[in-house]
Formats: sequence, structure tokens, C-alpha cells
Amino acid sequence: MSSETIALTTIGEAERPIGERLHDWVVTVDHKKLGILYILYALLFLVIGGIEATILRIQLIVPHNHFVSPEVFNRMMTMHGTTMIFFVVMPILFGFGTYLIPLMIGARDMAFPRLNAFSFWMTAFGGLLLYFSFIGGNGLYGAGAAPDVGWWAYAPLTSRAFSVGHSTDFWTLALLASGVGSIGTGVNFIATILCMRCPGMTLGKMPLLAWLNLVVGGMVILAISPLTAAQIMLCIDRYLGGHFFDTQAGGSAVLWMHFFWIFGHPEVYILVVPAFAFVSEIVPIFSRKPIFGYPIMVAATIAIGFISFSVWAHHMFTVGMSSYGNSFFVFTTMAIAVPTGIKIFNWLGTMWGGKIQFKAPMLFCIGFLFQFLIAGLTGIMLGAAPFNWQLSGSYFVVAHFHYVIVGGILFAVFGAFYYWFPKMSGRMYNETLAKWHFWLFLIGFHMTFDFMHIPGILGMPRRIYTYEPGRGWEFWNLIVTIGVLFQIAAILIFVGNLLWSLFKGDPASSDPWDAWTLEWSTTSPPPEYDFATLPVVKSRRPLWDLKHPEDPDWKYE
Amino acid sequence: MSSAAFIRNAAETEWVLPSRGRVGMVSLIAAESAIFTIFVVAYIFYIGKSLSGPMPKDVLETPIFNTICLLSSSLTIHLAVRALRNARVNAFGLWWFITMVLGTIFLVGTGREWQRLIFEKGLTISTNLFGTTYYSLVGLHAFHVTVGLIGIVLAMIFTLLGKVEPAHSERVDVFSMYWHFVDAVWVVVFTVVYVIGR
Repeated sequence: MSSETIALTTIGEAERPIGERLHDWVVTVDHKKLGILYILYALLFLVIGGIEATILRIQLIVPHNHFVSPEVFNRMMTMHGTTMIFFVVMPILFGFGTYLIPLMIGARDMAFPRLNAFSFWMTAFGGLLLYFSFIGGNGLYGAGAAPDVGWWAYAPLTSRAFSVGHSTDFWTLALLASGVGSIGTGVNFIATILCMRCPGMTLGKMPLLAWLNLVVGGMVILAISPLTAAQIMLCIDRYLGGHFFDTQAGGSAVLWMHFFWIFGHPEVYILVVPAFAFVSEIVPIFSRKPIFGYPIMVAATIAIGFISFSVWAHHMFTVGMSSYGNSFFVFTTMAIAVPTGIKIFNWLGTMWGGKIQFKAPMLFCIGFLFQFLIAGLTGIMLGAAPFNWQLSGSYFVVAHFHYVIVGGILFAVFGAFYYWFPKMSGRMYNETLAKWHFWLFLIGFHMTFDFMHIPGILGMPRRIYTYEPGRGWEFWNLIVTIGVLFQIAAILIFVGNLLWSLFKGDPASSDPWDAWTLEWSTTSPPPEYDFATLPVVKSRRPLWDLKHPEDPDWKYE
Repeated sequence: MSSAAFIRNAAETEWVLPSRGRVGMVSLIAAESAIFTIFVVAYIFYIGKSLSGPMPKDVLETPIFNTICLLSSSLTIHLAVRALRNARVNAFGLWWFITMVLGTIFLVGTGREWQRLIFEKGLTISTNLFGTTYYSLVGLHAFHVTVGLIGIVLAMIFTLLGKVEPAHSERVDVFSMYWHFVDAVWVVVFTVVYVIGR
């Protein structure tokens, strides 16, 4: 065992000049450094996207508000959506995946480390391109303008006639660049998980996080590619005078919608399945029980992966498809609720009868469970075509998908942050501050997004920059905006906790949670080579086997 | 706890995993297939929807010779890979060179076809929907052929420098999967553009 090697590298690291260490971060191909880069980059954009959301909510706090102009409102709305999906949630999930997958499957790096670095820098470049539009949107003369076509960018809004200047081009190129990066990450996830597992780790013995990210990899390569193709077409339309989405030349605006949503709906599952993965790792540890129904979890995830490619047009019920089309997409939307529901029962089954420890990661996962359930229920409501005709394009839809993304995904991501923070930084976070973060964010979340459903039912359309008084929307919009304050306070505590703990936190042991997967068998933070000796596993919980030689798991699996 | 606690069993059976090169290439091909699918769907969706001429039946000529060249390059690259696997480096170089020539012929043929369409028939990418979809789909494929040719030329240079050894047959094999994919896509493009689309 090379404990000397570990000691040597630690000493060497601290003594090297800061410039050299920063240079290391830029040229690194190490999956741990790239994972952290992804996460930091996403946190930066989380703050930017959060500021944009706050601007939207301040504008809507009272009727006839003049906080921002309609044009600025449209830009903020577009940038908020695009930023949060492509430059916050995706990179943060890829970051955790990149960091954790090799550690959890007992490998020393991803299958293609340089592709990994390429993917990260493409994503980073995409984010820079998107935000460069604030300067270069009108072509570098004048004030510049960000994209204002909404994150769906429906035709004909994106045609040259309605979107002069370059703002839409920056949007297109940003998504094209980050899409190439995402495809690279998808390829890398699949190759890593299939080809880099340590001896003994058969597919059936992989941690669920690896399984779920394998499915995510598959969804990424099949779902991001259509978006890439559609962006190429949009570029051809805008730069070469093509007619793909030009209705005056016989092109079809509806085709863009199909292409966008054949990406857009699997994308929702690309975002939520890694969140499922976090919950599937955290809930067993803090319930002190192995995951309930491992094979069913895997099967349900694969089912979600397949079905997610056949539900896209439930975003388009109001376009006027045939009754057969509508029925098909209603049916598939109902069908995808089944495997998702199975997962919820599995997590509940894991907690049932367990010795639950209400630490911060577990609190966030429990929040996830309840909120994701409600998000799924409003999803089923919206998946019924007649109901959808009534509420499509209203704030009810906005509330629904924020329930998924904030109440579900973001809560799980926060849980993951606290759970793996000791491993990544080598220090413990402050539990009290983490609990403050949880409760404040919970209150803020529910104030904002529970009450956002109601103006939607009362007929408030999404994407309007202001509204008339006397429609019964004022009170609800006021509460929704007040909820934002709680969320901001919670995020400040979160960032403060991370920064404080990074420098002043108690040193973390290699296994602070008494956990069972391989990442906890190496030091915190792990050495550059992850494992001095490649581990050999015999069950799904290799560390349990190690700690309980008298009663190992492999006897029963 | 240290990772040294995991000691390899002496009696352990051999642990075999799939090759990451192959898995990576298959994944990449899946992603590329999705991109091509969207372009093919757009092409089929827009068949006959152009509001003005020229129409496909007026201007398109079936590129039989080109197609034969490209499809047979799949066979020659296969023979090249097999030769390298059997340590016959010279035979590899010969088959590889023929593959390169066949790919180049295809690309030149596409260029000549485009030249005829643009300068004689007046069909550009902005003329009508047919032009938009035709140049996009055929152009996307030609782009992939170009990328493949760059790879082939690089490997050819290494072969001439004497750097290619039988140990590289795995890599060359993975690359040849991409070339086979490009050929397979041409079968689809050919069918859609020159058979169904006319």
C-alpha cells in the first residue's frame, strides 16, 4: 500500500505556487477536478439565473409595475430558462456524475479523460457565448441585447425578420456548443460504466448511481442530438437563407416544436434521473437499510428511459394535433408515471422500518420525495389533453415544472451537496446552518411554487410582463414574490456554509456517514489516482462486507 | 479505511470488460444516428412541399458511380483491418490507400454534383425547401465523409512513416466502425433523396 505516496503528494501540493496550481486546474484531465469545475461553474450560473428569476418576480409583484421594460422582461425570461436548464442543472449533474462514477465503480478515471475535459470546456464555452450576447447581441455596435425568444425559441420568432441582430445566434451557438459537450459526456458515462468497473462489480452489483447515470448517458446521446440537429437547421435558416422553419416558403413552425420537444421531454428525465440517483444513494445510508427493490429500481429507470422518448408532444396538445396523436401522447404520459411511482414506493420502502437519521442530506431527500410526488401529480393533470387545453400556457404549467426542477431536482442536488461535501473537500459542513438552509428553502419554495398554481388556474398566462389589477391575481403574485426572499436567504446560508466549511470545517474522516459504497473507502479528498490498489467487490455494499466480515451481503445476493 | 483492504483473490476468475473504444464508438454512432434521423425526417416531411422550382425530378441525377465507390470502400477498409490484425502491414497500407481513393472519389463526385446543381440548374440552399433540405442532408453526410477522410489520411501518413503496427489493429478497427456507419447512412440518404424523394 502506498501511504507514502499519498503523504508525498499532499505535502507537494501545499508547497507549490498558486499560479502552478491554477494552471493544473485548467489543463487537468482528472475526473475529480473536472467534476468540481463543473459544479463550481454551475453554482456561478445558479446565482446568475437566480438573479434573473428575482428580476422577473419583482416585476410581477404588483400589477402595472415598471421595474423593467417588456423587452428586458423577455430577455430575462429567456436567459433564466436557458441558463438554469443548460448551464446550471445539467453541468451540476454531470459534475457529480463525473466526480462520483469512477469512485463508485472502483476506477481511477473516466474511460476518456481528455474527452471529459473537452466536454467541460465546451459547456463552459457555451455559457460564455450565451452571456456574451449581452455585449455582442446587436453585433457589437449599440448596447447589445440578450436573446428574447423564450427558451423554446419557437418559429417564427427566431427568423431574421422577427429577431434582428445576433441575439438568437448567440442562443443557438451556445446550445450547439454545450450540446456537443453534453454528447461527449454521455458517451463518456456509458463507456466508463460499461468498461471501467473494478473486478467483481457485475452490472447487478453496481451502485444505483452508476446504473441511473448509465441510463442518463443513453438519454443524453439520443436526446441532445436532435436539439443539435435542430440548432444546425436554425443556423442554416438564419445564415444561409434556408427555409426549414420559414412558413412563407412552405416550411413548418410545428416541425421546430416537434424537434425541440423530442429533445425537451427526455431532457426533463436527463435532469431528474441523476436526482433519483442521489436519493437512491442517500436514503439507504440515513435509513440504515439497503435500498428496497434494487432490480425494480433499475428496471423502472430503464423503462423511464425508453418511455421518455415517446411523450414529447404532450407539450403540444394546444397546437391542434389529430385526436389519435393526442390520445397516444396522453397514454404514454400516463404510462411514464408508473415506473416513476414505483421509484417513490421503493424509497418509502427503504425508509420503512429503518433507523432514520435526520441529517441535512436526508432532510433534503425527504423534501424531494413529497415535492416530487406533487410535481408528478400535477404532471398527470397536465398530461390529460382536455385539462391541458384549459391550462396550457398558464402559470399552472410554470408552477408544475418548477415543482419538478426546484422541488424535486434542486432539493436532491442540495442533498447530494451535503452528502458528498466531506468527500470532495475533506471537511465537514456545519449541520446547524445546513438545517437552516433546508427549512428556509422549504418555506420559500412552498410560498413561491404552491401559490403559483392558483393564478394559473385563475387564467394568468405565463410570459406576460405585467397584468391588469382586479383579476384576483395580485395577492397570489405578492406571496409568490415574497417566497423568493426566503429562497435567497437560504441560498446565501448555503453558499456561506460551503465557503466557511471549506476553510474552517472539521476535518472529515474517509467515511463520515458509515456508508457502503466504494467512494468512502478512499481518503477524503481522494488522492489523484483514487485507489492505490483497485478494489475487488463481491456485493452491492462492498464496505458493509468489509465492516461486517461475519455477516457479509454477498451471502444473500 | 484504506483501499489496501481489498486484496485480490488469487483464485479469482478472469475479469473481462468490453473495450472502451468500441463502446465509445457505438455510443457516438448512436448520437450521430439521432442527428441524421432528424435531418432525414425533415427531408421526408418536406418532400413535395416546395412552393417554387426546381423540383427534385427535374434536376437530380442518381449518383450510381459515387454510390458504388463509397459502398465498396466499406469492403476495402474491412480488408485493411483484417490485414493489420494478421500482421500484414503492407497489405493494410494498400487496402487503406484504396479506401482513401474511393472516399475521395465520392467527395469529388458530390462536389461536381453540387456544382452542376448550383451553376447549371440554379438550385441553392436558399432557392426553395427542396434546396434547403437537400443540401443540408447531403451536406451533413459529406461533412461526415470529410471527417472520416481526414482520419484515413492521418493513418495513411503514419503508415507511410512506418509507424503502424499490428498492435494498432484495435484502434483501426474502432475507426472503421465509423466509416461503416458513414456508408450505412449513405444508403439511407440515397434511398430518401434519390429514390423516394423523386
